[in-house]
Amino acid sequence: MNAQNPSINRRTEAYTLICGMEVHAELKTASKMFCGCTNNPFFAEKPNTHTCPVCLGMPGGLPVANKTAIEWTIKLGLALGCDINLFSKFDRKHYFYPDLPKGYQISQYDIPFCTGGAVETSHGPVRLTRIHLEEDTAKMIHATLDGEKVSMIDHNRAGVPLVEIVSEPDVTSPAQAAEYGRNLREIMRYLEIADCDMEQGGMRLEANISLQSTEQAERGQLPEYKVEVKNINSFRFLENAISHEVERQGEVLDTGVLPAQETRGYNSTKDITFTQRAKEDAADYRYMPDPDLPPFQFAQSQIKEWQHQLPELPGSVRTRWSDTYGLNNQALKMLVVNAEQTAWLDSVFALAEKQGILPKKIAAALVNKQLEINPESTPESVLKTYQKQTASSSVDAQQLSTTIQKILTQHPDAVAKYQAGETQVLGFFMGQAMRVVGNNADAGQVRVEIERQLKQL
Amino acid sequence: MKRTDTQHIATLAHIPINNDQDKDLTAAFNETLETIKTLQEVKVGGVEPTHQVTGLENVYREDEVHKDTMFTQDQALKNAHRTYQGFIVVPRILEK
Ligand SMILES: [Zn+2]
Repeated sequence: MNAQNPSINRRTEAYTLICGMEVHAELKTASKMFCGCTNNPFFAEKPNTHTCPVCLGMPGGLPVANKTAIEWTIKLGLALGCDINLFSKFDRKHYFYPDLPKGYQISQYDIPFCTGGAVETSHGPVRLTRIHLEEDTAKMIHATLDGEKVSMIDHNRAGVPLVEIVSEPDVTSPAQAAEYGRNLREIMRYLEIADCDMEQGGMRLEANISLQSTEQAERGQLPEYKVEVKNINSFRFLENAISHEVERQGEVLDTGVLPAQETRGYNSTKDITFTQRAKEDAADYRYMPDPDLPPFQFAQSQIKEWQHQLPELPGSVRTRWSDTYGLNNQALKMLVVNAEQTAWLDSVFALAEKQGILPKKIAAALVNKQLEINPESTPESVLKTYQKQTASSSVDAQQLSTTIQKILTQHPDAVAKYQAGETQVLGFFMGQAMRVVGNNADAGQVRVEIERQLKQL
Repeated sequence: MKRTDTQHIATLAHIPINNDQDKDLTAAFNETLETIKTLQEVKVGGVEPTHQVTGLENVYREDEVHKDTMFTQDQALKNAHRTYQGFIVVPRILEK
């Protein structure tokens, strides 16, 4: 391939990115998905301390589903406009890997809790295929011990509830992929169901990437292959990995070859993707309904109740605060964080309006940390603090009297003018006095004291 | 089933097998499949798939931590062949 040939660039540009996303996020329930072990893998003091017969996959361990994890998964689906399956179940997904003590992962195959829905982005909506609930695997650390390459396993993460959000291949640019991920993280944090700590692996991104030729686009055909890039732990890396794949696959396609269907990892240091393993087909996973976990039948009234419990979503809060209070983007970005904080700020803003204070001034004070964001404090106390901060502060009477006495002694000419009826020199004395006592000082108090002393002279 | 299928399954299971073994295993798999094939003669049109046999539905637990059922680190590691600083140690599978 001749790199100088300009037609190669032209051909690469003729491909359209076809990209679907798979996002995993750990739910922050108190206990694990199918057992009563502590769900707090990142802050465990030692490895393998949050385990029991169920999450270690010991014979006889009986999994029982965590009610809260299911409720949160369905609420996430409702927030994203999904349809909720009134009948649903858990399935076993079999594969052999040391991070899976049972030899299978409890997941959902053909009847996930949620289907459909969409995530809005500034580049257009990205439709969702499904949201399902599963258990996270054990954490593996690859190391070399005594010259031997080994994997070290910690089961504190095994069995942590994990939602998987699968999108349709609607993503058309690396930037849109990143925005999609950010919006999902925002919603999950807002609903307070997941921390989505990307560095720790609490939220993990995968992109299914392929390129569509102009001919395929004209015939409405999708590419005949897809490459899955896994284990991406930042939105910047996601953008880089997709850009890298677009380039790599374009070069392969330019030579007339179809890129291999495979799973690749992303190396952020080298900014390249690399082959991880040949993709297993669904048949290889030997999915089967988990006989240990009876299925679920939800009443429509239950789903309605959960829908009703959903808070106003962040996008809507931002529009409302922008329209009603004129809050700027910086303030909206910083203040719209979770439902609890929104409710608190709503009551703070309402009280501010009642007291004749512009809510956007309160917002600015919160943004520049002049006021503390603390939903524990009452709106009354927040506004009291604000008023104290902005009110003119009174000056110690004795100190003020001494200061003015000094000024008057230093400027006998001005005093003479005042006594001759040129009262405008009062402004001069005010300026001198304010410079000494500070601009926050109560100007009225200063003026009164100057006049009092001048009259006594 | 072909020998290549057996090799594929062996790869997925990370079990190394040699040429003689894959021949024997393929024959054994085929024998099993032949027996199971009888099931395919049963007419199941119109029969609802069975997801479970207990008749139970909506079995949940509240989201509560049960310290009493949790293992200590020593207990958790008791059956491991090899450990290091509280981790279970296994041979590396993924080679980067
Ligand atoms: Zn457990």
